[in-house]
Amino acid sequence: MDLLPLILRIVICLVFIAVYALVAVYAERKVSAFIQNRLGPMETGPLGLFQTAADILKLLLKEGIIPKDADKILFVAAPIVIFVSVFAGLAAIPFGPDNTGALLNVGLLFIMAIVSVDVIGLLMAGWGSNNKYALLGALRSVSQILSYEIPAGITLLAAVMMYGTLNLHEISLAQGTYSPEPVLFLGIWDVTSIGGVVSWAIFRYPHLIVAYLIYFIASLAECNRAPFDIPEAESELVSGFHLEYSGFRFAIIFLAEYANMFLVGLLAALVFLGGWNTPLPNLGSFALADWTSGEPGTFAGAAWGTLWILLKAFAAVLAHMWIRWTLPRLRVDQLLKMSWKVLTPLAFLLFMISGIVKLLEVYQG
Amino acid sequence: MEQPVFDIKKKVKPKFFPKHQEAIYRRLENKHTSVDVSKKDGDPLNTEMVLNLGPQHPATHGVLRCVLKLDGEKIEKCVLDVGYLHRGVEKIAEHKTYQEFMPYTDRMDYLSPYSNNVAFCLAVEKAAGIEVPLRAQWLRTLACELARISAHLLWLGTMVMDSGAISMFMWTFREREFLYDIFDKFAGVRFTVSHSRIGGLQFDVDQSVLDHIGNWLKKFEKELASWRKMLAKNAIFLRRVIDVGHITKADAIDYGLTGPSLRASGVAHDHRRFEPYMVYDQLDFDVVIREEGDCYARYLVRHDEMLESIKIIKQLLAKVPKGDIRADDAKATYASKNEIYYSMEGLIHDFMMTDVGVCPPKGVEVYHAIESPKGELGFHIMSDGTGSPWRCKINSPSFTNLQGLEKIMEGAMIADTVVLIGSIDPVMGEADK
Repeated sequence: MDLLPLILRIVICLVFIAVYALVAVYAERKVSAFIQNRLGPMETGPLGLFQTAADILKLLLKEGIIPKDADKILFVAAPIVIFVSVFAGLAAIPFGPDNTGALLNVGLLFIMAIVSVDVIGLLMAGWGSNNKYALLGALRSVSQILSYEIPAGITLLAAVMMYGTLNLHEISLAQGTYSPEPVLFLGIWDVTSIGGVVSWAIFRYPHLIVAYLIYFIASLAECNRAPFDIPEAESELVSGFHLEYSGFRFAIIFLAEYANMFLVGLLAALVFLGGWNTPLPNLGSFALADWTSGEPGTFAGAAWGTLWILLKAFAAVLAHMWIRWTLPRLRVDQLLKMSWKVLTPLAFLLFMISGIVKLLEVYQG
Repeated sequence: MEQPVFDIKKKVKPKFFPKHQEAIYRRLENKHTSVDVSKKDGDPLNTEMVLNLGPQHPATHGVLRCVLKLDGEKIEKCVLDVGYLHRGVEKIAEHKTYQEFMPYTDRMDYLSPYSNNVAFCLAVEKAAGIEVPLRAQWLRTLACELARISAHLLWLGTMVMDSGAISMFMWTFREREFLYDIFDKFAGVRFTVSHSRIGGLQFDVDQSVLDHIGNWLKKFEKELASWRKMLAKNAIFLRRVIDVGHITKADAIDYGLTGPSLRASGVAHDHRRFEPYMVYDQLDFDVVIREEGDCYARYLVRHDEMLESIKIIKQLLAKVPKGDIRADDAKATYASKNEIYYSMEGLIHDFMMTDVGVCPPKGVEVYHAIESPKGELGFHIMSDGTGSPWRCKINSPSFTNLQGLEKIMEGAMIADTVVLIGSIDPVMGEADK
C-alpha cells in the first residue's frame, strides 16, 4: 500500500490530470478534424502537438474579466467549486492496485456525492454571471444533472450489489485473477484462473451490459457532453453557463469538464469493465493475463494496473468525443423525458434483476 | 391579483434608436398570442423574461433580432426586428446604370449570387425587350441550378449544426468549396460572380468546365445520398424537427411564404414550372412538395430539390447549344471584345454602354420573378427612359418568409428557435436589402 508516499501520489495525480487535459483537448480537436475531413491543429509544434499548451498559456495570461453587474463572490467562487468537486472525486479512484490517493471504504459513494457538488458550481456560475443566456444554461444544467444522477446512481448500485462492497479497490479486485473469491462466469463457470474479459462484471452478469449503457448515457449528461450538452448549447445559448468567463477561470472550467469526462470513464471502467485488470485472458499455455498484470503489492502490479485502467478510461473519453462530433443535441424537454421515462425505469428494473440474481447466488451457496 | 405591468423603461435604457426599441417592446407587450401559459395569478415565481436573441447571435443567420418573451424555456411571444443589414440597395439602384447595379444583387442573397444576377437581368431584359441568345439562356439556367445547390447546401449544414451536429456543416462546406471552384472556372469569380450581363453573359464557358461540373455531380450525388442516409435514421435529429414549427397550408398562403417553405406546407407553387422563364419549359423536373408543413418537411423539400437540381443540370449539360452568348445589339448589350478592339463603332458603343447603359422605353413598368433558392425573387422596375431605373423594387423571398417565422416561434422552446430560423432559411442580406 505504501510504495509511494501519499504526498507524491497526490502530486502525481494532479500533474497527471493537468497533462491529461492538454492531451485530451488536443485529441478532441484531432478527432473532430478527422470526422470533419480536416487536419485540425497543425502549426504549433510537430502535428500541432503544442497547440493546447499554447492555448492554455494564452488563457492563463489573459485578463480575468468580471462583468460589472455580476455577483462577484459567486462569479469568482464558481470555477473553484466546479474544479474542486471533480478533482476531489479523482482522489478516491484507485489507479492500479496500490495507487489510490485516498482509499475509502465507501469510495463509490464518496465519488457520487462529491461530483454532484459540481452542479452547485454550475448554478453559481450561471446565476453569478448576471447574463440571461448563462442563467438559462444554469437552469438547464441543474434540471439535467439532477435527473441523470438517478439512473447513473441506480445502475451503479445494480453493479455494486453484485460485489457487496462500495470500496472501489475491492470492486476492482473482484473482477480479475487476483480475486479473493471465486469469479463465476454466468454463475456457473469458475473463471478465476482465466481472468481477462470473461471475469469483467458486464460479461459475468449480462444484464449489467444494459446497466453499463445506461450509465454511459447518463454520464454523458453528467459531463454536459453532446448530445446532452444543452447547458452550453452553443447554437442557442452561445455557451451557456460559462458565457461570461474568460482567461484563467474559463481555463479551469474547461479543465474540469475534461477531468469530469475522465472521471466518469474511470468509474465506469472500475465498476463495469474489470477495473485495473487486464482484458487479456489466460488461454491454456498462453497465460496472457498473467503476462500483462502483476501481483498486487508489487511495482509491476501497480504499473500494469495503472496502464490498463488509463487505457479503459481513455477509450471512454474517445467514445465521448466520437459521439459529440456525430450526434445532434436533444431539446431540454426531450432530454428530461428520456431520463424519467426511459432510463430511470430501466435502471430500476436492472436493480431488481441484480437483487434477484444475488438472492439466487446466496441460496445456491 | 393585479397583473404586473411590464415597464421596459425601468429595465433597459436603449441608446440605439430608443423610439424604435420602445415600439418593439410595446408591440411585444401588446401582442395577442394563442400560446397557453396558464398563469392565473400573475407571475409569482418571476419565470418571465424578455430575451433578445440577436442581432449579434451566432445562430440567427446574420443579423436577425428576435425579441422573445419567455416563460421558463417556452416562448410566449415573439417579435422580429429586421433592418440591421439595411444598405438601401433599392435606392442605390436609382443612381446606377442597370449594369452597374449588377454587383449589388450579388450581395443580396450572398449564398446564391448567380440567381440574383439572373433575376435582375431577366427583369431588365423584359423591360427593354432584349432577346437573349439560346446558349446564354442554357448556361444561365445551369448556373442558377448550381447556385440553388450551393444555397441549399449551406442551409443543410447550418440547420443540422443548429440542431447540434457540427460535423455536418463541415461536410456540406466541403461540397460548397467544390462548387466555388466550379464558379471560379465558370464565371472567373468564386463568390460574388456578376457573370450575367444584360442581354447575355460576360464571356463564354469552355466545354472543359461543363465536363468538370459533370464529374463533380457524380461525386456529389453519392455524398448527398450518404447524408440522407445519416439523417433519415438519426433519432435525435428527427425528434428535433418532426412536428416542430408547423405551418398549415392556409397560413402559409396568408403569410405570403414562398419557395421551399411554401412547398413544404403543401402548396405546389414554383415559378420554374408555372411561369417558366429561360429554358425551364424544355426541362423535365418535378416540383417537390410535402404536406406536413413542419421543419422536417422543409428539410425534405430542400433535400429533394437538390436532387431535382442534379437532374436538371444533367439535362442541361447534355444539351447546351452552340452559339452566341450575348445578344448582337450594341444599343442593348455590351459589344464583344473583338468589336471593341478592332472597330471604332465598337469602342463608342462600349463607352456608351458603360456611361449610359441600356435604356428601356419611358413609362415601361415590369415585374419579373424567378424561383431563387429561397423562393420568389422579383424585380419591379419602372423606367423613365434613362439608363438607370426610376424605381427598382425588390421582392425578396427571405423577407416574406420571415413573416411566417414570427408565428411558428410562438409556443416553441428556446432550443427550437435556431432550428426554426434554420428551417425558414432567411438570408439577412436579402431580407434587409
